[in-house]
Amino acid sequence: MSSSSRKVPPLPEVVLTEAEGRARVAKATRRSFLAAAAAAGGLAMGWRWLTASPMEDGIRAPLRSMLRFNERIARASFSRKRLTPTFPRESALTPRANGKAGLEDEEFNPATWRLVVEGLSGGRQSLGIAELQSLPKTEMVAEFKCIEGWSTVVQWGGVRFADFATRFPPTTPSGKPFDLADRPDDVPPHVSIETPGGGYYVGLDSDSALHPQTLLAWEMNGEPLSEEHGAPLRLVIPVKYGIKSIKRIGRIAWQDQRPRDYWAERGYDWYAGL
Amino acid sequence: MPEIGAAVPPVTERTMRIERKHPLAIRWFHWVNFPLLATMVASGLLIYWANDVYRVGIGGFTLFHFFPDWVYQVLRLPQRLAEGMAWHFAFMWFFALNGLAYVTYTVISGEWRYLVPSRDSWQEALQVVLHDLGIRKAPLPRRKFNAAQQITYSAIILMGAMSLLSGLAIYRPVQLSWLTTLLGGYPAARFGHFWLTMGYFAFLLLHLVQVVRAGWNNFRSMVAGVEVVDGPEETKP
Repeated sequence: MSSSSRKVPPLPEVVLTEAEGRARVAKATRRSFLAAAAAAGGLAMGWRWLTASPMEDGIRAPLRSMLRFNERIARASFSRKRLTPTFPRESALTPRANGKAGLEDEEFNPATWRLVVEGLSGGRQSLGIAELQSLPKTEMVAEFKCIEGWSTVVQWGGVRFADFATRFPPTTPSGKPFDLADRPDDVPPHVSIETPGGGYYVGLDSDSALHPQTLLAWEMNGEPLSEEHGAPLRLVIPVKYGIKSIKRIGRIAWQDQRPRDYWAERGYDWYAGL
Repeated sequence: MPEIGAAVPPVTERTMRIERKHPLAIRWFHWVNFPLLATMVASGLLIYWANDVYRVGIGGFTLFHFFPDWVYQVLRLPQRLAEGMAWHFAFMWFFALNGLAYVTYTVISGEWRYLVPSRDSWQEALQVVLHDLGIRKAPLPRRKFNAAQQITYSAIILMGAMSLLSGLAIYRPVQLSWLTTLLGGYPAARFGHFWLTMGYFAFLLLHLVQVVRAGWNNFRSMVAGVEVVDGPEETKP
């Protein structure tokens, strides 16, 4: 049963008298178990430190710091050119209608709905659905990924957020005209999007908002959006978990400071990038 | 007193042969990995709870659902998704770094030669299993790791690597979509990530049983490094 064709060296060993050997083993045992006990003590202290740290938006502050660290890496390596895979139209299914936050208003009337846009070079704008639907329409069949873990392939129709921004350009940090082709990074750093009553709100980094697969959608699987899926207009942002794909958009604001975010205030990662 | 590893003069009285079995670095990697992997598994279960779709069954028949309600209640898993994700995405770094350090050390030091199975290992591993089940009576050869250990320990390292890769594939499925696609897509990568974790539970069970069976001398070598191979405290394989 001798096996290997490989040459395996014997383990280093020593032959001692029984008394010496016992002393040697006892010493090694004593030292290493003391080290192990010290390590276990350090571990217990680390655990107590972490689990007793102050909370920061629903999770322990050191964990929040780690999420920000991960975000810095994700943002530094983010590319608008890397796309989420797309699928044939016939693989599209209806996603679960998770999340009622911001949709509670029973008086809401899609017919009189207006979208308010702020932070634009032309000042504040109020738009109706017809104005949005007159913008170039993009269709996309992509996997919608919920932060819970499930995913569903869905067909979406709407306007690319980048095309929307080109038609209704924000003021830029440099003061020059907004131009995605020539100055893709000369944009306000953040976008805040809220439901009409402000019951649900998401914060986005502009890089993700201007990703070519980020849509302002009014159509799902070839049908107009249903109310539970966000009629009349919702965001679809495949570079983020579904929590960022806010339904029933009432207000979009370009801004410098990091916008508040509904789920980030409840323990989740603000960035939530994929 | 001669140093371990030095040539030893013949001795006339009763002797004791002591092997330096596990290098200090490997002992640290092993024991540091234990709480790290435990943290990854525990936080992973907090995440899995939010969409617990996996089961063993055929068609509409479910033999076992991962997990029954009592498991969630006993382990206090429900409603902790955000907490689970925060822990998971913090400790993933330490788990990955410790694993990479271990693999790097094992390759550079030459310790891999004791670990990686060879062509004959499957045949020998069968003999080990027969021996451990009490079917084969002849003693096993004295080596750092027998073939069954080589296969199991190498597999667990590969599983760790696969956990990192499948984890990355579901952590950044857009920015790393090539990796996600390579692993069969997002749901497949998540499926694999889950079953690797179940594999760790199976490994832990087997490992604990075998460590208890092997006895104190063997266990101590994973802490103190030394194992008595011939003398009063020898292990009887």
